[in-house]
Amino acid sequence: MSTKLNVLDHVMVPDHKIMSEEEVSELLTRYNITTEQLPKIYHDDPAVKTISAEADDVIRIIRASHTAGRAEAYRLVVKRPKK
Amino acid sequence: MPSPKRIGQIEFGLLSPKEIREMSVRKIIWADTYDDDGFPYPQGLMDLNLGVIDPGLRCKTCDQKASECPGHFGHIELAKPVIHVGYTRLIRKLLRVTCRACGRVLLSPEEVEKVVGTEDDQTGDLLSEKDVKKERVCPHCGEQQLKINFEKPTTFSEVMVEDGKKVEHKLTPADIRARMEKIPNEDLIPLGINPDVARPEWTILTVLPVPPVTMRPSIILENGQRSEDDLTHKLVDIIRINQRFKENQDAGAPQLIIEDLWELLQYHVTTYLDNEVAGCPPARHRSGRPLKTLSQRLKGKDGRFRGSLSGKRVNFSSRTVISPDPNLSVAQVGVPRAVANEMTIPVRVTAYNIEELRQIVRTGPERPDVNAPCGANYVIRPDNRRLRLGADNLDTVADMIEPGYTVERHLRDNDVVLFNRQPSLHRMSIMAHRVKVMEGRTFRLNPAVCPPYNADFDGDEMNMHVPQTEEARAEATILIAVQENILSPRFGGPIIGGIHDHVSGIFMLTHELRWFKKEDALYLLRYTGIEHMPPPGKVENGIEYWSNKQVFSVILPESLNMVFKATSCQNCDVCQKEKCDRDAYVRIIDGQLQMGTIDKKAIGAFDGQIVNRIIRQQGMKRATKFIDDFTKLSIRGIMLDGFSFGIDDEDLSKTEYGQIDEVLKNAALDVDRRIKIYEDGQLEPMPGRTIEETLEMQIMQVLGKARDLTGQIAGRHLGLGNSAVVMAVSGARGSMLNLTQMAGCIGQQSVRGERIVRGYDDRTLPHFKKGDRGSDAHGFIQHSYKGGLNPTEFFFHAIGGREGLVDTAVRTSQSGYLQRRMINALQDLKVAYDGTVRSTGGRIIQFEYGEDGTDPTKSAFGDPVDVKGIVEAILKEEV
Repeated sequence: MSTKLNVLDHVMVPDHKIMSEEEVSELLTRYNITTEQLPKIYHDDPAVKTISAEADDVIRIIRASHTAGRAEAYRLVVKRPKK
Repeated sequence: MPSPKRIGQIEFGLLSPKEIREMSVRKIIWADTYDDDGFPYPQGLMDLNLGVIDPGLRCKTCDQKASECPGHFGHIELAKPVIHVGYTRLIRKLLRVTCRACGRVLLSPEEVEKVVGTEDDQTGDLLSEKDVKKERVCPHCGEQQLKINFEKPTTFSEVMVEDGKKVEHKLTPADIRARMEKIPNEDLIPLGINPDVARPEWTILTVLPVPPVTMRPSIILENGQRSEDDLTHKLVDIIRINQRFKENQDAGAPQLIIEDLWELLQYHVTTYLDNEVAGCPPARHRSGRPLKTLSQRLKGKDGRFRGSLSGKRVNFSSRTVISPDPNLSVAQVGVPRAVANEMTIPVRVTAYNIEELRQIVRTGPERPDVNAPCGANYVIRPDNRRLRLGADNLDTVADMIEPGYTVERHLRDNDVVLFNRQPSLHRMSIMAHRVKVMEGRTFRLNPAVCPPYNADFDGDEMNMHVPQTEEARAEATILIAVQENILSPRFGGPIIGGIHDHVSGIFMLTHELRWFKKEDALYLLRYTGIEHMPPPGKVENGIEYWSNKQVFSVILPESLNMVFKATSCQNCDVCQKEKCDRDAYVRIIDGQLQMGTIDKKAIGAFDGQIVNRIIRQQGMKRATKFIDDFTKLSIRGIMLDGFSFGIDDEDLSKTEYGQIDEVLKNAALDVDRRIKIYEDGQLEPMPGRTIEETLEMQIMQVLGKARDLTGQIAGRHLGLGNSAVVMAVSGARGSMLNLTQMAGCIGQQSVRGERIVRGYDDRTLPHFKKGDRGSDAHGFIQHSYKGGLNPTEFFFHAIGGREGLVDTAVRTSQSGYLQRRMINALQDLKVAYDGTVRSTGGRIIQFEYGEDGTDPTKSAFGDPVDVKGIVEAILKEEV
């Protein structure tokens, strides 16, 4: 039996989902931006690894918000840069 | 305007000797500056090729005048190479990681790969000194390496073993340079050096650039003598020693003398670059002042970066002490006449204002008194020539002006100015006020605007800035006027409101029911500018009376409906509402205060329920009027009864003193009893605590209760006739705890939340027995401030007080730095039109501002909709 922890099951970790290509292009037109202007997340982030997202994927993060109740954020997966 | 350009990359490198010679316009060989006629020596330090500073001369390089020539570099050929102090660390590293014979890195390619990473995945670190073992053998040529010693500031030596003894062998800069030259380019990349722009041997100077004279201008003193810049002085030293060095070298002087001169040259070049190097005496001016050389020009608070580039100084600003004036509006600022006569606003002459401006010019540079129309200091002609106005030319200039001229007129009443108090921690630290010219030498402001500036009148100074264009004035009035900043974006409530005397005054005025005759009612309301008195509340014996609540209601907007509990509310389990015996249940229906006391909760800064409601329902303008009205009303209110506090206001009667003694005696006995239980080993520990901790907690609890009890006893004697009680109950200043400590008992002093335990062996002070756990041996003060402390109590009080001081000092410095870092990170973010928060590059930081898109300023204490306020306004009853 595997005892590996799935970080997404932790209460403090918000929901991460990979967005489809159509969703991404809709997102980019909605905010009139390129993917470069999205917030970033590293490819080796534990949550990103769990949903097996690759660099250049866009991830939708849905979290509980103190002010709005539910808030959506989007992040572009990038390779951690060389030091 | 040229479009802004994006910086693609920045390249950091070293200047090569070749580049230094190429950028140089003149080789400098003479240490002299000016000849006897005051003319620069050719090839001297002030050579005309290096740029000009004297007016009238022309630069020999670019043929421009003094103000236009940017200056040009020269160079000095050094007799022997010297080390650049800024790179000693790098030199040490390179000497230690490279071979003394072949110059290769002292690691095999495999070892390098281990640290740096493979060719296509260089995720590792750069090579550091620690990666190379000391005194190993070179893997490339097999040479035995030696230990390199580095002695600050610029001495390097190799440690050799001769006849079993360790001998230090000094490396000259020339030796070091030779070793640097041997390092191959490929070996530099894993060390973090790009050999195309920074060959390591360039850290050893063979040629020194001479900065242009424009960055080291000489100044002419009053007595006509020239005084040279510190840099020039230092360059003179370098050239002199360099010259002597060369002569000795050519004459074939003994090695010892050459070495001494070399070291001297090194010293001068070192201090020329940085005069604060560790292990090197700073070069001094003749007067004994250390010279300000290159590094000192850049470093520190007054350096080029923090002082000249980030720091800005402006014209049209003034600064003086502030003092209060409750008769001003919160939107006004009292400006001393001396300031108003000096600060100006440019006004263009048009056909419509020419007569007015002629009058202003005739008044001239000094207005006779504060009520006189303003004057002017300068008139600017259409050809941009400035005419200074003086007593002799007023009428001529006044007749001369016509459309196209500009008059710089003085400040006058109702001009918009920016007012600021440092530290400017939030946006309300700078607000736009309307000028009111006054006699005196201080800026005057309504004490109700103190909270946003965090100002008081114990000597605080504030700055005033005068906007110079219509655009700036429009922005100031619309965006940063005081009226627009009553609500704080920090918590969505009013930050401007009554403080201290306003709260005490309005509390005394509105508490319970009082009746005023017409003259008293008018005395209270005269300054609020009311036009009609309401009908009298009662008529007795033909005399008309107005109640205190009626008087207050006069300044309320007519449509105001609200119900809330005042600061004086005790939070009883079951609210008595209308029958509240403290008159703390406030009800306002249709702008009439029906019951309840107005205090901090209603009008205070940070709370201000009424102020808040007026802003939401009637707007900023009405709220400003309300604030102006209640500041005036409350000050008259406090003046009607008078308000003072003295030492005898802390007196209690014999009965209370007896009761307090009784309480304290019982507490001491209780503590002793518990200690006895503990010593007998009978004490039951609380869950998760040791027995000692349990005892300490019990003692703290007993003593805390005892102090509170003394406070209650004192409170029974001191009623609302006592000024301190009025201030505490109304929320103006202080608390009942402060009063307890003044009249009852100061209570337990603590350090880190525990009773005081430090001091001598097993006891806090030599006055007590060892191991004494009693209340008085560990910092319980049973006296009051009025009664006076005994010596041991005084000592404990000082211990507890010190902790508070240290805490605040540490907290302010820490939170200040934290805030600075946060502001630097956030400063250029803005909310775009689509509701997203973006950086200047258009990158999204937040997809919806605050996740809910709500402006906290316009929220009701954080909630998007003020449901309670809306319901109250319509139902006219509490919800």
